Amino acid sequence: MLELRGVTAGYGRAMVLHDVDVSVPAGGAVSIMGHNGAGKSTLLRVATGLIAVRSGQVLLDGEDVTGLRPSARVRRGLGYVPQGQQSFPQMTTLENLQLVSTVQSEIDEVLDTFPALTTLLPRRAGLLSGGQRQQLAIARTLLTKPRMLILDEPTEGIQPNVVAEIERVIADLASRSGMSLLLVEQHVGFALRSTDSYYVLQSGRITGLGDGGEAALDSVREAMAV
Amino acid sequence: MDAFTTPLLTGTATGAILLLAALGLTLTFGQMGVINMAHGEFLMAGAYATYLTQQVVTNTDVSIVIAVPVAFLVAGGLGLLLEFFVISRMYHRPLDTLLVTVGVGLVLQQLARDLFGAQGDPVVAPGWLDHQIDVFGYNWPFRQIFTILLALAGLAALAALLKYSSFGRQIRATVQNRDLAETLGVTTRRVDRMTFFVGSGLAGVGGVALALISGTNPTLGTGYIIPAFLVVVAGGLGNLTGTVLAAWTVGVVTAFCTDWINGSMAQVITFALVVVFLQVRPQGLFTVRTRGLV
Repeated sequence: MLELRGVTAGYGRAMVLHDVDVSVPAGGAVSIMGHNGAGKSTLLRVATGLIAVRSGQVLLDGEDVTGLRPSARVRRGLGYVPQGQQSFPQMTTLENLQLVSTVQSEIDEVLDTFPALTTLLPRRAGLLSGGQRQQLAIARTLLTKPRMLILDEPTEGIQPNVVAEIERVIADLASRSGMSLLLVEQHVGFALRSTDSYYVLQSGRITGLGDGGEAALDSVREAMAV
Repeated sequence: MDAFTTPLLTGTATGAILLLAALGLTLTFGQMGVINMAHGEFLMAGAYATYLTQQVVTNTDVSIVIAVPVAFLVAGGLGLLLEFFVISRMYHRPLDTLLVTVGVGLVLQQLARDLFGAQGDPVVAPGWLDHQIDVFGYNWPFRQIFTILLALAGLAALAALLKYSSFGRQIRATVQNRDLAETLGVTTRRVDRMTFFVGSGLAGVGGVALALISGTNPTLGTGYIIPAFLVVVAGGLGNLTGTVLAAWTVGVVTAFCTDWINGSMAQVITFALVVVFLQVRPQGLFTVRTRGLV
């Protein structure tokens, strides 16, 4: 579904990723783990097109999308929930959703997934709590009808009960809709429970990979400690 | 009473023209961060579009109505060309943009001189605008009232576009978080282009009002560009309510100072007051409250 082949990328002259290969199969769920500064978010920004590759390729459904803008990748089925509960703060919750779709049945569908947003529709997104903004961010991306969903630290800075809700939604999406997932997450346990394979990224290089599930917890911690 | 009402009402009309110029700037400068010094020339383009419309449609009652959309399209089209050929290559380079658009402004002025001559041409007001209304001893010309109504119509149209249309949501999303908008499928380059079109077009509409008051000449817009930037900054970047209040205030203060002292000192005093105001409140009249990281 999504493949990064030999990707080298960074900011200006500083390269953050070095010859990275990552593959997410159709219907599969893959997590990327690593310490702060390992290059996880950069890798996702390369996949979405926000950062250009210095060398290498990004393939979506076998098509080379390396030179395409992010909006063109979205139209090809790539959805992205960035780090930091980002929203359009001066727009209401409803306007944030309507930016992507004005079809009421589609909005109702994502509100069914995140019912907490229903009462927040008239409120400006800048006044929502972190957890509410993260639910809005995921709901808004779901409206793009992604076949490949990329999530960057969806539980970062969010209270535990909302984390559980987000974990439930991610598991549900993966199992129910056949959507492919690429997840970057600091919480190793959460990442392994939510995905069926993982990569460990350190200093911009893949240093470990394997099958997901909580049984892999020790292997991942060992790989990250190297 | 006349000493008070005259500058108040003429200043309100000047503020209305400033508002039409500043509404475009509040989009292109206030929200996109582009310092377009050629924006004043879009006012000039709107004024010449009004003049040309009168040459084609000689019935002035009708031509002034037709001139409004024509001026919008002409100035908007110029803005579109400027964005496409110049500014799109200079995003994130504000100083370069400023210098280049100063040059573009001079080119447009020279183009107007070559096409229409340096003297300028009169624009005939329609009969229904050739009246006055007595307001506390001041015979307020209908042309000034028309200018104010035109500005209010432009403001209402822009507010409705931003609030209720899909394109308006895309503009607001792009200016608030460009990367996020792009990753939600918004083609931000197209939004930039169309935003320039709308912003420049509004200045063109301001040119219609200006043509009725001052006629046309190649440097018509030059005197409005700096006050319009002041209005955008003093009003609070990207804030429509603040822009309206700041435009009215700058217009009225300038008119009072012109009436009581002289035109040159009026400009100096207005600029000085805005500088003092920005020292006290650098964020402008209005800012938007948010909660934590957004």
